[in-house]
Amino acid sequence: MTNRSSDATSRRDFLRTTALAGAAVAAGGGSSLFMPMHASAADYPAIGTFPAGSSGNSVFIGLTMPRTGTYAVQGEDELKGCQLAIEHINAGHPLIKAISPKTTKGVLGKELKFGVADDEAKPNSAVQNISRFITENKAVVMMGGTSSAVAVALNKLAQREKVLFLSAVSGSNDTTGKDCVRYGFRECTYGQTAAAALGPVLLKEFGKGKKAAYLTPDYTYGHTVQKSMSDYLNKEGGWTTVTNQVCPLGAPDYSSFLLNIANSGADFFLNVNWGRDAVLSIQQAKQFGVLDKQKLVVPYQVPFLAREVGGDLMGGVLASTSYWWQIEDKYPLAKMFNEEFSKKYGYMPEWSAQTCYAQLAMWAAAVEAAGTFYPPEIIKAYEKGTKMTTMVGEVSFRPEDHQLIRPVIIVRGKKKADMKGKEDYWDVLDILPGAPLMQKPDEFGCKLGDYT
Amino acid sequence: MFNGLVLGALLALISSGLTIIYGTLGVLNLAHGAMFMLGGYAGYVAFGATGSFVVAIAAGALFVLVVGVVMERVIIRHFYSRPNEDQILVTFGLSIVYVELVRFAFGSQSLTIPPPPWGAGVTQLGFMLYPTYRLVVVGIVAVALLALYIVLYRTRLGMIVRAGIEDALMVDSLGINVYRIFMIVFGIGAMAAGFAGIVNAPVVSLTPDVGEMILVQTFVVVVIGGVGSFPGAILGGLISGQILSITSMINPGYAYVMLFAAMTLVLVLRPRGLMGLRSRD
Repeated sequence: MTNRSSDATSRRDFLRTTALAGAAVAAGGGSSLFMPMHASAADYPAIGTFPAGSSGNSVFIGLTMPRTGTYAVQGEDELKGCQLAIEHINAGHPLIKAISPKTTKGVLGKELKFGVADDEAKPNSAVQNISRFITENKAVVMMGGTSSAVAVALNKLAQREKVLFLSAVSGSNDTTGKDCVRYGFRECTYGQTAAAALGPVLLKEFGKGKKAAYLTPDYTYGHTVQKSMSDYLNKEGGWTTVTNQVCPLGAPDYSSFLLNIANSGADFFLNVNWGRDAVLSIQQAKQFGVLDKQKLVVPYQVPFLAREVGGDLMGGVLASTSYWWQIEDKYPLAKMFNEEFSKKYGYMPEWSAQTCYAQLAMWAAAVEAAGTFYPPEIIKAYEKGTKMTTMVGEVSFRPEDHQLIRPVIIVRGKKKADMKGKEDYWDVLDILPGAPLMQKPDEFGCKLGDYT
Repeated sequence: MFNGLVLGALLALISSGLTIIYGTLGVLNLAHGAMFMLGGYAGYVAFGATGSFVVAIAAGALFVLVVGVVMERVIIRHFYSRPNEDQILVTFGLSIVYVELVRFAFGSQSLTIPPPPWGAGVTQLGFMLYPTYRLVVVGIVAVALLALYIVLYRTRLGMIVRAGIEDALMVDSLGINVYRIFMIVFGIGAMAAGFAGIVNAPVVSLTPDVGEMILVQTFVVVVIGGVGSFPGAILGGLISGQILSITSMINPGYAYVMLFAAMTLVLVLRPRGLMGLRSRD
C-alpha cells in the first residue's frame, strides 16, 4: 500500500504511451529492442508484489508442497528440485547457465531466498500458505502443485494477486486448459499428452477392441486424465470402458473399487491414481487378484512408484512420464542434472524434482530476458516462445496457454531380475516430441485473462 | 459387506484400547493413532530382522506396550489431576512427536510388509474372490478381542479395571493401588492399537500418517458404542465398518458423512452411546 505514491497516475499515463509505442515497434520486430535492458522499478506501476518484492538485494520465492499426507513423498522430491535450482541460480552454476544463458549470479543480480510450507495436497492450505508468503515476504513468484486441485487454486490466486505462479507437478488438462491464467505456467506433461503418447503404444502392442477398467481419483487430475485416455483408446482403437471406478483422494482402502474391477471382466487395469494412492491401490489390486487377470497400465507415471510398490508388480507395466533419469544417454543436461542431484541427495531425481528445477531455471531466463521483475514484462518474455534447452532437450512455451512444448517419455517397468543397479526401475521405450501430442490451444477452453 | 467386517474388526480392537484407557483413567488419549502407527513400524523392523510375521506381530504389540507404559509413567500420570484440555494437549503433542520421529527415521515413503505365506493369495468364497489375508485379519482380531475380554471379565485385574470405570474413587478408597493399575491399563490399551497396527500393515502399507485417519474413526466408534464400554467399542466398530464400506460402494465421497451422521443420530437418540454406562458423569 505504501507504494502508491501521488504520481502513480502520471506513471500510468507514461506507461500507456510507451506501451502503445512498444506495440507499434513489436509489430515491426520485437519489443525488447524498444524496452531498455535494465529498466528500473520506476518505469512500471506497482502491481502485485512489484516493486516492493524486488527493491532489496534479494527476492523471495514462496513454495507450498505436500510434506505430509498422500503426496508427501513426491512433495519432498519437488522441494529438493527447487532447493537445488535456487542454489544453482544463486551460484551461477553451469547447468543453470545452459538453460538460462543470461544468468550470472542470482536473478538480475539479486539473491534468491525462499520459504516452504506444507499444504498436505489441500487447495485451501496451499492458498493460505502462499497468501502469507505474498503479504509477509512479498514473494515475487510462487510454486506449488502436486495435486492439480492445488495448481488450479494457485492459478486463480496468481491471477488475482498478480504474482507469477510456476506449477510443480500437475497432470490435469485444466491447469493450462479451462482453468489456465495469464500468470500461470506449466512445464510437465499432462493428461492429453500422456494419452496421445501412450495410446498408440498400447494399441500397437495389444491391438484393438480390448476392454479397460479405470481407477480414477475424484478430482480434476483424475477426471481429465481418465477422459483423455479413454477417449483416445475408444475412438482410435475401438476399446471399451467396462468400468470407471472413481475413488476419493487419499483413500486408505480400495477394496470396494477393486472388487468391482476384479469382477468387470476387463483385459486392462488403467490406474490413474497418484502418490500413495497409486502405491496402495496397486498393492491391494495384487491382493485382490486383479493383477493376475488384468494388465496394469499407469497412464501418468508416479515418482517413486516402482520403489514403493515393491515386489515384481511393476515389471512390464507401461507408463508415460515427464522425465526418467536414464534419458541421460541422449540429453547432456539430464546427465548433468542427475549428477548434481544425486551428489547432493543420494538418489537419482524423479520427474517431480526435474519439473521444479526446470521451472525455476526457465523463470530465471524469462526474468533476465525481461530485464525487470515487473510481472507483465516477464509474462511477455515467456510468451515470445523462445527456444530453450533443458534436461529434456529443446523446449518452448506455447504463448496461447502457457504450456511448455516438451517431449513425453514412454517407459516400461523392469522385472527385478532384469534390473541393472539399484535405481534401474524403468526402461525408456520412446521419447516423443511434444508438439504433435498437444490439443489445439483453445480446445480445452483456455482464456488467459489480463496482464494487469 | 466383507470389507466392512474387516475394517470393523480392526476399528473394534483399536477402539477398545481407547475406550478402556478413557474409561479407567479418564484420559482422552489423542496419541492412540500414533500407537497404531508405532505398532506397524516396530513390526516392520522386526520383520526385516527376522523375516517372521509372527515375530513381527509380537514385537509390534510388545514395543507399543512398553511405549505405553513408559509414556504413562513419565508424562501421563502427571496429568491425571489436571483439566481435560491439558490431557488432550499433551497427548496430541506426543502424537506429533511420534509421527515426526518416525518420519525422520524412516522417511515418508510407504513401507510394505508382505502378508505371511499362509495368508497370501486369494480365497474363493463361492460368490466372489477375496484376499485370504483379510479373512485372516478377522480371525486374528477376534482372537485378540477374546483375549482382551478374558483379561477384562475373567481376571482380578479386569474386575478392578471395570470397577474403576464405574467409580475410580471408590476403588481407590478400598485400598487398591489404582496408579499401578492405571499404568497397566494404559499399556494394554496402547498395545491393542499397536497390535492392530501391525496386523493391518500388510493390508494398508505403512506411512507416518497412517494413524491420523484411524484416530478420527476410532473416536466415532467410541462415541457410537458408548464411552468407556468395551462391548460398545466392538459393536460400534462393526457398525462403523459397515457404514464406511457400504457407503463407499455407492458413493465414496459420502462415507465419512454417513459415519458422522450415524454418530449424530446416536448422540441425539442415546447420548451415552449404544452400550454406554448410565453411571458415568
